[in-house]
Amino acid sequence: MPSFVARCCGSLAVVGAAVGLLSGCFTDRQNEGQRLYAQRCASCHGDQGQGLRRLIPPLAGADYLKTHRTQLPCLIQHGQQGPMVVNGIEYNQVMPAQHDLTDAQITNLLNYVQTHWGNRLEPYTISEVTTLLVPCHGIDGK
Amino acid sequence: MIRAFVSRSLPLLTALALLGGTQACQFNTDTTAATQRLPYLGEPDVVAPGDTVYPTLPTFTLTNQDRQTVTPATFAGKVYIADFFFATCPSICPKMQSEMLRVYEKYKNDKRVAFLSHTIDPEHDSIPVLREYAERLGVKDASQWHFVTAPRDTIFRLAGKYMVAAQRDASAPGGAVHSGAFVLVDPQRHIRGSYDGTNAEQVDQLLRDLPVLLQEVSGASATAAK
Repeated sequence: MPSFVARCCGSLAVVGAAVGLLSGCFTDRQNEGQRLYAQRCASCHGDQGQGLRRLIPPLAGADYLKTHRTQLPCLIQHGQQGPMVVNGIEYNQVMPAQHDLTDAQITNLLNYVQTHWGNRLEPYTISEVTTLLVPCHGIDGK
Repeated sequence: MIRAFVSRSLPLLTALALLGGTQACQFNTDTTAATQRLPYLGEPDVVAPGDTVYPTLPTFTLTNQDRQTVTPATFAGKVYIADFFFATCPSICPKMQSEMLRVYEKYKNDKRVAFLSHTIDPEHDSIPVLREYAERLGVKDASQWHFVTAPRDTIFRLAGKYMVAAQRDASAPGGAVHSGAFVLVDPQRHIRGSYDGTNAEQVDQLLRDLPVLLQEVSGASATAAK
């Protein structure tokens, strides 16, 4: 009996180590967009991208995502200030910049927004985001 | 040995369980708003044995989004919920205000309940800014929910009295750090509850506690009227 336990645990340990090694081979990028959204966006824009009354614009069903597609990477990286109109309603809040996000992280974040809460918008590629970020590089000294 | 003990005492255990069950039921019916009482928060002063005095909030003079003066008299006979925020706060404030809106919607037009949101950024949050903020949240006027300002020192001192941490911090998003507490205050200016306004479960608890306090207040005023 004890020898069985030892053998069993031994093989379990081997399997465990193998799983550990394997998982090291994969990044957790799959859910990065969702994670970044929860950490950096959900407090204002809501768990479901619903926004907050006339204070914070929604992301779910927001026409702005379609009409400003090419500007969204810069908007995330450098923030937003001043009035903006989303679905016919004017909002005027400060959105903080996210200077530390990489192009890949911005891509994942954008694609999460593009494809959730009923949004069925075309995902971005990383190279597309990199290109779209060029005009706003250095606009605020960062 | 263990098995024998269990089988012998099984009827007893069952009886205990049943008893416990019925007690639990009775307990539940007993703890309706009529008999429950919320605690007093803060460090009490024992002035004499058996005579404990709980701290009360100090008097204050604030100005709301409609340029009206707000003092404790504004909340005479009412319970109110206080919080601290600032209009350009990019971190926890929107989450807090959406949770506060849940409470507000439930008690809208209920004259027994008021709301008091203090800005911790009075330099930026002028009265027009506060009014716009309130209107954008769907709060039409200051009859029930006051968005107030005062000199910085006044606000920060008050925050301490409400046991809410708030301080300026240039390194924090928006330039200040503060806790997202909702503080429940009774008509005698005692703090009767403190809840994390960014946590929906704690706000649910506030929604359960509010009727308990309202019951106590209406009982007290009925006694006073006799």
